[in-house]
Amino acid sequence: MADLTTRLGTLTLPNPVMTASGCAANGRELHRFFDVSELGAFVTKTVMADPRSGRPTPRMAETPSGMLNSIGLQGPGIGAFLDKDLTWLKSVGARVLVSIAGNTAVEFAQVARDLVAHPAFDAVVGVEVNISCPNVANRGLVFACDPMSSAKVVSLVREELPRDFPMFAKLTPDVTDIVAIADAAVRAGAGGLTMINTLLGIAIDTDRMRPQLAAVTGGLSGPAVRPVAVRAIWQCTAAMRENRIDAVPIIGVGGVRSGLDALELLAAGASAVQVGTATFNDPSAPRRVLTELESALDERGFASLTDVVGLAHDRKVTL
Amino acid sequence: MSDVVQVAGEVIAIRRVGAYQHLTIVAPGVAEAARPGQFVALAVGGPTSANLLRRCFSLHKVSPSGAYGGTLDVVIAAKGPGTQWLAGLRAHDKVDVVAPLGRPFPIPTEPVACVLVGGGYGSAPLFWLADVLRERGCHVEMVLGAASEDRLFGVVEARRSADGVTVTTDDGSAGRRGWVSDVLPEIITRTSAAVVYGCGPMGMLRSITEVATAHGAVAQVAVEESMACGVGVCMTCVMPVRGKDGTTRMVRSCVEGPVFRGDRVRWEAFTDGVCRVPADTVGAPRAGGH
Ligand SMILES: Cc1cc2nc3c(=O)[nH]c(=O)nc-3n(C[C@H](O)[C@H](O)[C@H](O)COP(=O)(O)OP(=O)(O)OC[C@H]3O[C@@H](n4cnc5c(N)ncnc54)[C@H](O)[C@@H]3O)c2cc1C
Ligand SMILES: Cc1cc2nc3c(=O)[nH]c(=O)nc-3n(C[C@H](O)[C@H](O)[C@H](O)COP(=O)(O)O)c2cc1C
Ligand code: FES
Repeated sequence: MADLTTRLGTLTLPNPVMTASGCAANGRELHRFFDVSELGAFVTKTVMADPRSGRPTPRMAETPSGMLNSIGLQGPGIGAFLDKDLTWLKSVGARVLVSIAGNTAVEFAQVARDLVAHPAFDAVVGVEVNISCPNVANRGLVFACDPMSSAKVVSLVREELPRDFPMFAKLTPDVTDIVAIADAAVRAGAGGLTMINTLLGIAIDTDRMRPQLAAVTGGLSGPAVRPVAVRAIWQCTAAMRENRIDAVPIIGVGGVRSGLDALELLAAGASAVQVGTATFNDPSAPRRVLTELESALDERGFASLTDVVGLAHDRKVTL
Repeated sequence: MSDVVQVAGEVIAIRRVGAYQHLTIVAPGVAEAARPGQFVALAVGGPTSANLLRRCFSLHKVSPSGAYGGTLDVVIAAKGPGTQWLAGLRAHDKVDVVAPLGRPFPIPTEPVACVLVGGGYGSAPLFWLADVLRERGCHVEMVLGAASEDRLFGVVEARRSADGVTVTTDDGSAGRRGWVSDVLPEIITRTSAAVVYGCGPMGMLRSITEVATAHGAVAQVAVEESMACGVGVCMTCVMPVRGKDGTTRMVRSCVEGPVFRGDRVRWEAFTDGVCRVPADTVGAPRAGGH
């Protein structure tokens, strides 16, 4: 049996499979299907300072091998999240990666501060900074579309966290050069990167001849975007291997539905993988992907998960 | 919410009923925990399907044991790709089942009179509900409404399950021409009904609520919001509902519903195929906000 232990900078996890933020709520719902403490980590729904209602409905549209969503970061706010959700996750022994966001860089820091101060913080193995959300102070431009805004958020959150505490910046692929954003985030103190968040899309209802989502645009996810995730991981990993940017661990996410999909992201350079939209198809998907990944490694004769991380770069045919 | 199971179901019977397909699926472990008003989330298209999202259907009936093990029945209107795939299944085909989901219809503690109103396939869960209510000594009237006769479901079954049955169709092809809300006031008044249960299109549920409230009855309605997962993890199925504390929240209809007290739903938010977030909802966007 392959050793599934993965190292993400200062964080060591018994296996590399996680939920994806916003695709697993905060644990209770999936715990009916499998034990969430068996995952490498449980990634919570992005939480902001205050409660948010989210957007009008329809909020989703099915698309080929994927979906569009415009949930609008609906959530209870950090206070209720800590007392109810994080406390529950701690009670079942889950390793929690908490996803945070803010309308402004200062709000991100405030959310991080509340998190660190809470008694359930000891269940938290890392913070995922969801910078793929709109910056109210910058005309709603997504933080992760601008290196300066990305760096500002990351450095403010860094100040709130204990020294060397695992912190991952979650990037959007909707940028001209994802390596430049990755570089800015790492320089500002991100100990790792999570990629990718959803891609912006629109679906039109051809009966009504109007956008299907009430909010018009939504984020595209699911197996349809997997090649984009693999590409983003590949580009950042290549830049790290060539010392163009500092090397940090990558958590891969985008379109993982099976163990082989996970293996693809790992081979491109990810040290861990998250399962998102596939969970809507199969509520056991995160746990199933872990089992399938283990067999896939065994079948291929890999003794350790770390052997496959970035392996496709070494095996690339040079022309 | 802990009794849900995920099982590889097997279709054992599929038959056409008017405009619908009636499926019986072997799904061990569902029947024991299921109650009327709960639903099943089915995966469509097999394990490599490009249609990832679950399709949700009211449980028409369940049976805990039998020649094949526990079964569940659903009544499906074929519309888009997922429901068409389901309608095309044959005996022994496999379909992944997650059930029972959501909150069931609350059952009155006293043997009061009840009116059960179903629009189109919305009547599917009501016969089972009628049986449960009659076991409790409730007087049960049913109202079945649809656009046309072929879209009515279960008129014969209704005569067996209820003490009185009224049928309406928009085009008059069966029963009275008109809407269920046209006949409802007289039935509530005649039977002194305390509860009106409804399942069907949102517009119908709204008018059932208005009629019930105006006649001193409580409406309990099973809503139909667009769902991606059915199990509470995606937040697509939300709608504005007033809580016991009077505060409106965007709640997940798959977990906190699908059955809601009709007078708690903010019906005015639903217009033109969109549901807006009422301004007094917890966490509603402020001007210039998200
Ligand atoms: C609690 C509940 C009970 C239901 N009971 C029944 C029933 O007994 N019989 C029946 O025929 N139909 C029922 N429906 C509606 C049924 O779920 C949809 O008609 C079906 O999902 C549409 O799938 P499609 O592939 O035809 O359409 P598509 O438009 O391709 O579906 C795409 C996505 O949108 C979702 N969706 C689209 N329309 C609806 C809708 N009206 N309600 C919910 N989700 C939708 C689908 O689940 C899927 O995720 C019920 C819905 C809910 C929420
Ligand atoms: C319904 C839905 C809600 C999401 N909510 C969040 C969120 O709150 N925070 C976040 O960082 N990403 C969110 N995402 C993005 C996912 O975490 C993930 O990055 C993306 O969907 C790609 O992975 P997938 O193809 O496996 O779903 C959401 C995705 C979906 C489909
Ligand atoms: S359908 Fe996914 S949360 Fe309700």
